[in-house]
Amino acid sequence: MNKDKVLSIRDLSISFQTSAGEVNAIRGVNLDLYQGETLAIVGESGSGKSVTVKAIMGILSGNGKVKSGTIDFTSRKSGEEMKEELLSFSKKEMRRRINGRRIAMVFQDPMTSLNPTMPIGSQIMEGMRYHYKTNKKEAYEKAVKLLDLVGITEPEKRMKSYPHQLSGGMRQRVVIAIALSCDPEILICDEPTTALDVTIQAKILELIKDIQKKTGISVIYITHDLGVVAKVADYVAVMYAGKVVEKGLSEEIFYDPRHPYTWGLLSAMPDLDTHDEVLYTIPGSPFNLLNKTEGDAFAERNRFALNIDYRLEPPMFQVTETHYAATWLLHENAPAVSMPEALKDRIKRMGEEVNSLGGE
Amino acid sequence: MKRYIVKRICISAATLLAILLILFLMLELMPGSPFNDEKLTQSQVALLNAKYGLDKPVFIRFLNYVKNMLSGDFGVSYTISKNTSITTLLASRLPISIRIGGQAVLLGTVVGLLLGLIAALKHNTIFDTMTTVISVLGVSLPSYVFALGLSYTLGYQFKWFPLLYQQQAAVKSSVLPTISLAMFTVATVARFTRTEMLEVLGSDYMLLAESKGLPGWRLILIHGLRNALIPIVTVLAPLVVSLMTGSLVVEKIFSIPGIGSLLVTAIQSNDYNVIVTLAFIYSAMYIGIMLAVDILYGLIDPRIRLAKEDDYEQS
Amino acid sequence: MSSHNKEAVTFEFKPDDFIMADNRRIGIDRVYPAQSYWKDVISSFLKNKGAAAGFIAIVFVIFMAIAGPYMNGYTYNEQIIANQNLAPRVPILEKLGIMDGSETMNTSTGKVTVNRYVDPQKTTGLENTYYWFGTDVLGRDIFTRTFMGTRISLYIALVAVLVDMCFGMSYGLISGYFGGAVDNAMQRFAEILNGIPTLVIVTLLMLVLKPGLATITLALAITGWIGMNRVARAQVLKLKEQEFILASRTLGAGDFYLIFKEILPNIFGQLIIMSMFSIPNAIFTEAFLAFIGLGVPAPLASLGSLISDAFKSFTTHPYMIISPVIVLAVIMLSFNMLADGLRDAFDPKMKEM
Repeated sequence: MNKDKVLSIRDLSISFQTSAGEVNAIRGVNLDLYQGETLAIVGESGSGKSVTVKAIMGILSGNGKVKSGTIDFTSRKSGEEMKEELLSFSKKEMRRRINGRRIAMVFQDPMTSLNPTMPIGSQIMEGMRYHYKTNKKEAYEKAVKLLDLVGITEPEKRMKSYPHQLSGGMRQRVVIAIALSCDPEILICDEPTTALDVTIQAKILELIKDIQKKTGISVIYITHDLGVVAKVADYVAVMYAGKVVEKGLSEEIFYDPRHPYTWGLLSAMPDLDTHDEVLYTIPGSPFNLLNKTEGDAFAERNRFALNIDYRLEPPMFQVTETHYAATWLLHENAPAVSMPEALKDRIKRMGEEVNSLGGE
Repeated sequence: MKRYIVKRICISAATLLAILLILFLMLELMPGSPFNDEKLTQSQVALLNAKYGLDKPVFIRFLNYVKNMLSGDFGVSYTISKNTSITTLLASRLPISIRIGGQAVLLGTVVGLLLGLIAALKHNTIFDTMTTVISVLGVSLPSYVFALGLSYTLGYQFKWFPLLYQQQAAVKSSVLPTISLAMFTVATVARFTRTEMLEVLGSDYMLLAESKGLPGWRLILIHGLRNALIPIVTVLAPLVVSLMTGSLVVEKIFSIPGIGSLLVTAIQSNDYNVIVTLAFIYSAMYIGIMLAVDILYGLIDPRIRLAKEDDYEQS
Repeated sequence: MSSHNKEAVTFEFKPDDFIMADNRRIGIDRVYPAQSYWKDVISSFLKNKGAAAGFIAIVFVIFMAIAGPYMNGYTYNEQIIANQNLAPRVPILEKLGIMDGSETMNTSTGKVTVNRYVDPQKTTGLENTYYWFGTDVLGRDIFTRTFMGTRISLYIALVAVLVDMCFGMSYGLISGYFGGAVDNAMQRFAEILNGIPTLVIVTLLMLVLKPGLATITLALAITGWIGMNRVARAQVLKLKEQEFILASRTLGAGDFYLIFKEILPNIFGQLIIMSMFSIPNAIFTEAFLAFIGLGVPAPLASLGSLISDAFKSFTTHPYMIISPVIVLAVIMLSFNMLADGLRDAFDPKMKEM
């Protein structure tokens, strides 16, 4: 593999102290992000995807605690390689050296993630002024350029606008401009389109893709929307109950999913060509992380559960060089179980669709 | 914004007019006009009436009254100090009251802000608990309890500060009254800052600001406190009111020659003219402060300032 | 991908491990035990120690206000001139050296401790007399007077709640519900009234009417409802466009049915909290009025007037002022803590912050 690793998470475990007890939100996560690529982390709410990226940013809420693991960040910005372990940094160091400057984040709800009392221009310029001590004029010019880059018309005029004067889509563009203001190497997007209209969603995704092409930035997407993943991701990690249960190249996850949970997620994705009366849903509720796990956390909701699933947590089985899944079904002794027929059909159709579009 | 300011000014003016009307009617209907003196002859009364315009129709008299009040001609005191013009009475007293009130506001706001800020930043620690206790005590005890407590301990037992206000030691003798008056402000502001700050600290835009990598002080002051302080307008009304009522008793306890103690004396000696004048002055101050606060609020909060210029653009 | 090597730990397998599990349990949504709204409110209220303490203190104060004045055989207006300015003396406690009827007086020769109940040199006739909180300058029992005064404060609290509930609430509900011109007119009126400081309204009322309980009640009625009106109106504005109101309206429900049967029950919690917060304010107002001499006429006493009277001699006989101040402080504190606790219990948003 000759791609450059930018971020490498190893064995990350995080727990939260709550009034109901200790919640093990993240349990031994391993993830890699490569230069210029897009990693999508997929999962239901509460699967730990947001917590993972908050740990990368060092902005876990007060009751969260990293129990183990490392997050290695390799910076190539200044030409030479610099490897740093983010979890060893204090909050202050994170703020000074990493946040905004090397790794920037776009949040879910653009309606609430901008400061309501500050003109958007100042909010964009703030990071540059602080991190690079850019003078006011330069910062202003760069902010205007950024607004232009994220597709806001009449950027000069908009610099003095307040968030409440902009629509949701425009606000998200501003948030992206803020994130890009210090030329970060990694952009983390925490469900960047969930709170937006469908038509605007596509535009924002395209925008991020576009920026990625122009700047070569590496992107982490967090989403529960497989549609988004299909559009943007090079590499996908499926999370369930604080663990990565399957990861691989985007094509591998979509065309050759191995974990029953991934099967469930793919089946539950609405699409126009499915003529079923009912939309498939994964049975049961997401795993309650307050409970101690014995065996596979997904076993109770798994139609294909084996006896061992109730006893032992499955390790990661390697499928291909890039594709891994944590399910006992991949063990050599396991019965031959393949994905449901309906899903097979669906994947076939999707493949045809992509091929027909492939010519463009 | 213009519309907003005009609207606020109109309401303030209407309120002031309503108060003047009430005061005027009270003076009209009140028994014991100075011209009821039995020693005066019919013609003398008529002369007096003509001199003070009392023979004119009610409406004209009201207009005159409004004109006089607004121009600072409040008439004379009857009982407190016979036939002294009230303007003279006020001239020496108003500055003292305003000074002590201002000191209390300043002290109370600064201390309250600090306490509330620390409590929010150190949420669920001993600082937080202490601030909660202080603020509950502060809103639960009338300012005269603090005044009495302070004057008994620091004034009477330890003799650090004069028990009663002394003109020649104005600064030293205004310490205790200022602290007593400020307690309610401290408590309210601390409580308010704490809740608002906690809410702001948990907001998405603080998370975004944090993820930008801004230094701590900038996060707290520029992004946090500024947003937390905008709704402070909601507590300003009770604060001003409490300062006014508080000043009555505190001035009485420390014998401060201000307008609060003047009002108490006037009430006790039934000096209508003085009472009515002070009622007008208190109302005018209150209305003026509220108007200033409302306009300031509009200026700080872009959501109000730009309310009319909203133009949504679809992306 | 060397990182995954550590996954290669050896597992011990059982023979039936790789057989499909009997998964009939599947598909059952786990339902977490839900607590009913009121149960939730009550339990989080009880968890709030301050609120519970406030509630108990209020019950105790109410009990003392009812029973206190009959506890020691003195009446609130009986003046025994011979027994004036006596320091507190309580049986049992006096043996511990506190509240034994002695007080320290500052005289020209320095500090002297005197006990006017018991004097080794002569009989005072008061050896068997106990004034628990002492007596005032007219020889009246401060204990009895304090709890008579408590009654007035509690009466004021009741008035405040009634004014809030009857007037402020209806005003806000109606204004918010009908909106438009009605709302505009009603709110402008409230705003103008609110622009006049309470102090001024009360003072002017006192000029026209005689000082007394009725006047104080009227003053509270005029000014007390505006805050409640605002809260009720804001809540109605939030609710009135919601679907369940619309549904009820399409079923033919009338305006007043909607206001009082559909909207009111949904915002009642908020309104109770608001009225709880207005109680301390009302008690405050009365205490201030009494302190500047506009309280209930003598020989009646309110906590405010007791404090005001005792203030005149508080450097010489500080005990006179202590008991009414403490009772007043307890009342104010406990209503404040109760209101805080209720707010936290009703408003889950604030709960686990």
